[in-house]
Formats: sequence, structure tokens, C-alpha cells
Amino acid sequence: MSPQPVDTLKGFAVTFRQLFNKPITVQYPEYVRPVYPRFRGRHRLHLHENGLEKCVGCSLCAAACPADCIRVVAAENEPDNRVSAGERYARIYEINMSRCIFCGYCELACPFDAITLGNEFEISEYSRDDLIYTKDVLLAEPIKTVPVASKEEFDTPDPYYKLHS
Amino acid sequence: MAVASERSSGEAIYEGSRIPSPIPSVLLVPEELRLGEDILEVNFGPNHPSTHGVLRLVVELDGETVVGLRAVIGYLHTGFEKSMESKTWWKAIPYAPRMDYLSFQANELAFVMAIEKLLGIEVPPKATWMRMLLCELNRVHSHLVWLGTSALELGAISPFWYTFRERDRVLDLFEMVGGVRMHTRYFQVGGLAEDIPRGFFDECRKFVEVMPGAVDQYEQLLDQNEIWLRRTKGVGLLSAEDALALGQSGPVLRGSGVDWDLRRAAPYLAYDQVEFDVPVKQNGDVWDRYKVHMDEMRESTRIVDQALEGMPGGPWIVDDRKVVLPPREELHTSMESLIHHFKLVTEGFRVPEGEVYLAVESPRGEFGCYLCSDGGPKPWRVRFRAPSFVALEATATLMRESLIADMIAAVGSLDTVMGECDR
Repeated sequence: MSPQPVDTLKGFAVTFRQLFNKPITVQYPEYVRPVYPRFRGRHRLHLHENGLEKCVGCSLCAAACPADCIRVVAAENEPDNRVSAGERYARIYEINMSRCIFCGYCELACPFDAITLGNEFEISEYSRDDLIYTKDVLLAEPIKTVPVASKEEFDTPDPYYKLHS
Repeated sequence: MAVASERSSGEAIYEGSRIPSPIPSVLLVPEELRLGEDILEVNFGPNHPSTHGVLRLVVELDGETVVGLRAVIGYLHTGFEKSMESKTWWKAIPYAPRMDYLSFQANELAFVMAIEKLLGIEVPPKATWMRMLLCELNRVHSHLVWLGTSALELGAISPFWYTFRERDRVLDLFEMVGGVRMHTRYFQVGGLAEDIPRGFFDECRKFVEVMPGAVDQYEQLLDQNEIWLRRTKGVGLLSAEDALALGQSGPVLRGSGVDWDLRRAAPYLAYDQVEFDVPVKQNGDVWDRYKVHMDEMRESTRIVDQALEGMPGGPWIVDDRKVVLPPREELHTSMESLIHHFKLVTEGFRVPEGEVYLAVESPRGEFGCYLCSDGGPKPWRVRFRAPSFVALEATATLMRESLIADMIAAVGSLDTVMGECDR
């Protein structure tokens, strides 16, 4: 155990050589690295092509949520004012994003693919109240979007029913 | 279990035990010193950057020598075990990886495999191999964080940047497979949550090619650095006997010369079908623990390489409608599947009455999961054997007759994660 001070310099050779390599860091807020297609971020509620909501207010997402952050209050559809494709619709649909752990169980539980987890991750707010997302927020297109890597390259193929429903 | 008989080149620093019986987990100040006025009590932590979380060490100093030491834990107690008991088996799965936030896959694996053992489910080979692959990637990830932060605490900031470069690649792989970078809940009861994505094998192979060179690079940075050598060699000594008496496992035990690894001693997953060595070092100091970590990263990369080669095809989750969620396309066509789906999500599956203990080799050592089921849809008792908690019990023995400055190196080398320790 008598190392020579010269040996210590060998470590510096590594750091010196690194000077000539391309940096691996990116300038984050200006440049956002594409996330992989499976990345679970901000939730989205979806509409059918005819404009009706896919969500029928069955509360299965709320039942599946390990963090208990989803609140659904269902109401009957009126014949002259249909909101969803089913008998009932979600009159109130709230997700408390400050409690959400992004496990994606709501997405797995939903039998109608009404709720999915999108890829957006920059969702911090200045107030906790703003983190309770209502149905309008979840139905709207996210204001900020992130680049996503190619689904063909980094995900399994979409199942048949998703392409033809 | 065999204690390695020969010690390296006859320069064993000490043999036998230094701990009296009963084994103390605190170091008490000798009576003659306590009567003097020279003892200084220092609170080290809980908010100290080099305590690996919120560990508080109450240190009593005589000059610069540590004469008294007491580890105070519980600052990160989150009640995971109790929370899991109030959730159904399925909903408890995302809780498990959040305990030890550096070896999430291993935690998830222990919990999921324990449920599978109670249920008596056979997991498809593809899921078994993929679980093994991800667990080994996780071991690399955990060791990289350990190496980076431990070196940082001893004054070497460069290795931190180098290790986090490779760590990010591992996390990218997790993101591609499981959807999030850390707590993936990718292991489900019966197999995997989703199929392996296209492109995973290519990306993972690229990582496997890079990793051995990267480990060499870390060693070039540290191995001959005089400061690193002087701060690690002969510091924080733990003999094989002491390590066994204190119930140590993982790199701490192997750094002390005990050849014990659950992956080889009680093979789970497909560890009996891959080739790997278990690195064992003899002296039980910080340097040997460091070397064990470095060699384990190489061995894990070897296992990942073999897992990529030998990955079988077929289904990724077992087809058992009473336990596993039905395939999503069936929800649109089959009423029976929809009923199963609703029942599994709301009520959860029932697990036969009984109790089970299952241990896996997490990056920190033996991570055990004890489950007790009363036949209902929720676990009646969940308990984890946390290797970090056990490792912390060795602090008092490690710190015998050593200096305060060596405490950082010694406690850091135990590789504790307080989230797992306090649970």
C-alpha cells in the first residue's frame, strides 16, 4: 500500500481524454430528449369520432387507483343531450395529480380505452389546486407536448382492436 | 455456506470476532472515558449529504476517535407494509418498488414471486428470463449510484459524472420497457405487464457492449488514486465471523470473505441456466467492498448478455383468468372476459390461505418478502426483510477504534438505502 503520486495522474488521463469526446448532456429546457412511446405521463380522456365521450362513468379507474386520486361521479345520459356513448356518463371526473403515482393502473382498468396516460411530463404548477385536473382539462389537448420516439421502433405493435374500433 | 479458508497473500488484517456477546448495534462509551470531560457528542445527520438519505448517527468523540455510536433510524418511515395490507394484492404491487428506490425491480420481484408461490402459478419462460435480465440491469444501476455517491463523499467528484452516464442508459432501457424510469410495476402476478418492445434487444445489446469498458474506466479513475486508496484500504473492518453473526448479506458479506449468494445458493428465476461468478474478497474493508461492487457489475453484464441470447419466445404472462387481467381485445367481444376484468379490478383475486417467505438477492443482499394470507383479496400481513436495515446494525462494529473521517467511508460502503431500511 504505497501508491506513487504518478499513479494518481493516471486517473487524470481518463478525464483529459473525455475532453475530446462529444458531450452526452443536452441543454434541457431548449432541447427535450424524445421519450419512449410507452412513457407514462399526463392523463388524457378520449372522445369517439362522433364527438361523444368514451368514458361511461363506471368508476373502474377509481377502483383500480392505488393512490386513490381519481373521483368519478356518474349521471344518466339525457336522450336529447347525449354526452357519452353509454347509458351513463361521468358528470364529474377529477384526477388529483399531486397524489398520482403514474402506475398506469387506470389505463389498464378502463374497459373502453377512455383514459390513457399520455407522454407529457412537465406538469408542475404553482398551486396545489391547479393540480386537480377536471374533465375539461383532461379532454383538452395538452398545451405542452413532448417529442416521442418512433412507436414502430420502440413499442409492440398495436393490437387489432385499437386500429379498427 | 463456507467461509473462505485462505486469505489473500497472508496479509489478513485481523481474524476472529471483535464483537462481544450479546451483539451490540450501538457502540457504548467506556466507563472511564465517560467520567472525563473530553467526550464530544455530535449529531451526524439526519440531513447530512453523506448519510445516504436520512440516517442520523449520534457519534461520541474522544478527540477524533469514535468511541460511541448510535444509529437512529425512522426518519423515512412511510408505513409501506401497513399500506399494502389495506390494498388488494394487485394494487399493492406498485408499492413494493417504492421502498428501495435504487433496486425497485428486485423489490417488485420478491413481492410478485411471493404471491405467485402462494397461488402456485407457473410463470412462462419468457417472463422468467426477462425478469432476470431486468433485475441484473437494476443491480448495475444500483451499484453505479452507490459508486458515484460513495466516491463523491470521499472527495472524488469525477466518477459521479461517469457512473451517471451509464446509469442513464439503464434507466432509458427501463423507460422503454416499463413506461417509467424508476418504479415500473412491470412485473405482474403471472408474468410481465406487457410484451417486450421492439428495439429493446438492440438497445440493450449496445449497453452490454459499452458497460465492461465503462467499469474499466471507473477503475482507472479510482484504483490508483492515492486519496481513494488511503481512505478505503483497512478502513471499516468487518471480519467474516462478525459479518455472519450480524446477519449481513450481499456485497458486505462477500467483501468479508464469505462466499454466499442467493442466486447460486438457492437459484430462482433462470439463474441456474446462466454462467456467472460470485466475486468474493477477503479483507472486509471498504476497499474490498468496493471491489466486490465493481466485479458484480461485470458479472451482471455477463448475465444480461446471456439473457439476451437465451431469451425464449412465447407468451409473457400466464393465461389464468382468475388472476391475470384478460387480454384487452377480448373486453370488446367477450362478456365473460369483461366480467372477469371488473371482478379482478374491483374485488381483486383471492389468494389461498397460508404464509410464505421468499428471498431474492437484491443489489444490497438478501431481500425477503414474508406474506400471510387469510384467503381474502387483501394480504393479511406483509413484511420485508430489508438488507439495508441489517447492514446498518454493523455500523457499531465497523467503527470500532476508528476515526470520525473514516465513518463516511465505512457507512457509505454498507450501501444502505434509508427508504428500504425504514419502510
